Amino acid sequence: MNLADFLFYVFAVITLVSAFFVVTFKNIIYSAFSLLLTFLGVAGIYVLLGADFIAIVQVIVYVGGILILILFGVMLTNKIQNVPIKTEASFIIPASITIGAFGGILVSTFINTRWKSMPAELANSTLTDVGHLLMNEYILIFELLGILLLVALVGAASIARKQ
Amino acid sequence: MTSIGLQHYLVVSSILFSLGLFGIVTRKNAVMVLMGIELILNSANINFVAFARYGNFGFDGQLIALFVVILAAAEAAVALAIVLNIYKNFSTVNVDEIDKLKE
Repeated sequence: MNLADFLFYVFAVITLVSAFFVVTFKNIIYSAFSLLLTFLGVAGIYVLLGADFIAIVQVIVYVGGILILILFGVMLTNKIQNVPIKTEASFIIPASITIGAFGGILVSTFINTRWKSMPAELANSTLTDVGHLLMNEYILIFELLGILLLVALVGAASIARKQ
Repeated sequence: MTSIGLQHYLVVSSILFSLGLFGIVTRKNAVMVLMGIELILNSANINFVAFARYGNFGFDGQLIALFVVILAAAEAAVALAIVLNIYKNFSTVNVDEIDKLKE
């Protein structure tokens, strides 16, 4: 087993174990911090797939942005002083059975399908190609996403502010 | 033990998807539901990048993954603003107790 395979198993175990803790911890703060490990594990998987730019974006946007937003959401919506930050869960047994069956079908389908696999040569850095595509073929989507982010920013501020 | 291929990544992403779905279905706190959605978006992204790597499609899959990350950021901002507003009006963020659109 070479180093890349070993690293894949390390990152896969980090991702899946911390994702399991995200959905099972009673305390929502612990869930949010497990989510940090999940995002970092997914970033490691992107690196192993040769997508270095996506991995960096994952670390910056998810860990630096979305997770901070979620932590703010947790702290602003729970009465921290008098009530412990617990979240209730419901329908655990039927949900485990249904989603266990669903996940089993999904995994067995993925394993039993004969995928045509022809991996491309790994480039040194994907940055140049991603930049060229972003500025040529995908320029319209790129600009639209800029407008979308502006609209989301204004909308979120106007929804959340005091009347 | 076989070397790591496309199937390994697909299995990881499908387990991540199932866990996110489990979180959405079972937890009552609206912020926890959001975390489940983030897990599902991440698992979809792993699929995009894995197929881009092993399917020899060039960099299109990686760009779609990039767009998904941007959309997830916009979605998280708006959703948390809505959750804050719900908390202001109902003093709770449990999704099963919020059954009115307007007071």
